[in-house]
Amino acid sequence: MSRPSFKGTAVAVLLCACGVTGCVTQQPTLYSWGNYENTIYAEYVTPEKLPPEKQIELLEQDYQQARAANKRVPPGWHAHLGYLYYQLGKLDQARQELLTEKAEFPESAIFMDRLLANLQKS
Amino acid sequence: MSIKPISLIAVCAAISGLLGGCKTVAPYDYSNYRAHPPRSILVLPPLNESLNLDGTYSYLSTVTQPVADHGYYVFPVAVVDRFLKENGMPTAGEMQQIPLDKAASILGADAVLFLTLKQYGSKYQLLNSVTTVEVQARLVDTRTATLLWSGHALKQVNPNNSGGGILASLVAAAVSQIINAKTDSAHQVSRMANVDLFEQKTVGLPYGPYSPRFNQFP
Repeated sequence: MSRPSFKGTAVAVLLCACGVTGCVTQQPTLYSWGNYENTIYAEYVTPEKLPPEKQIELLEQDYQQARAANKRVPPGWHAHLGYLYYQLGKLDQARQELLTEKAEFPESAIFMDRLLANLQKS
Repeated sequence: MSIKPISLIAVCAAISGLLGGCKTVAPYDYSNYRAHPPRSILVLPPLNESLNLDGTYSYLSTVTQPVADHGYYVFPVAVVDRFLKENGMPTAGEMQQIPLDKAASILGADAVLFLTLKQYGSKYQLLNSVTTVEVQARLVDTRTATLLWSGHALKQVNPNNSGGGILASLVAAAVSQIINAKTDSAHQVSRMANVDLFEQKTVGLPYGPYSPRFNQFP
């Protein structure tokens, strides 16, 4: 009669521990999210409470925090900030953010080029 | 008499299945996805079949994070919304009619995520209230119109019993006065529903190229 090997028992215990967490795998976040989605929420649902100036302030603070933590800001973040600058008529800053989005995430190139071309006309 | 490791595993698996409260669901068939794996996903504002008028944007502002954290490029949802409105699509219903070839050629999207809110909001009763978020999702390839993935989630939370603390802790401090969990608890429940929708084992959304789990399936 053989005793169960330590290895075998360890595997069983590990499987047990994993299994108890249930049916969803919580994944680590890839980005520094800050207030990105919260500002989007506020812009639509309670716009009077968070004008574009205030949203930009929150996002720029988030950017500093992301830099300090050496994490990336999420996809779409720079384009969103650019769109806020555009709303305030700050076209140079808007253009810079759209270019940064394109550089950080090449998947955005077609859309960013279109927005940059529209910016040129305005 | 010793117990063989293999039987230990079987017992543990059975127990954890019970404790985890797993529903046995048939694994999703990912063969379409494997044939056309997208890098970028256009998340359109959801169709809102609920009675909550704020549903579309209250929910839309919770979808970027789970999809981007799955490893995809997610187009900036508010910029896309504005862009489509300025191009003759004033409502979510009209946006969801966008021809797929246009989503590819104008925006550069590999896939479009079509969302429908079946239920969204709170029902208040004398001594009780329950907040419900029910959402359906369809991910469609823009070049072939193939359905790459679909999912469904129904989350119900009773803030009086269990969810009050959970809801409050989900609200980021910087905007806690703006986002009032009491008046829009569905917004908070959305994030829980999204965990079920995107991360459920064997049926969730596969991992995209920016994820360390790229090419893995839930």
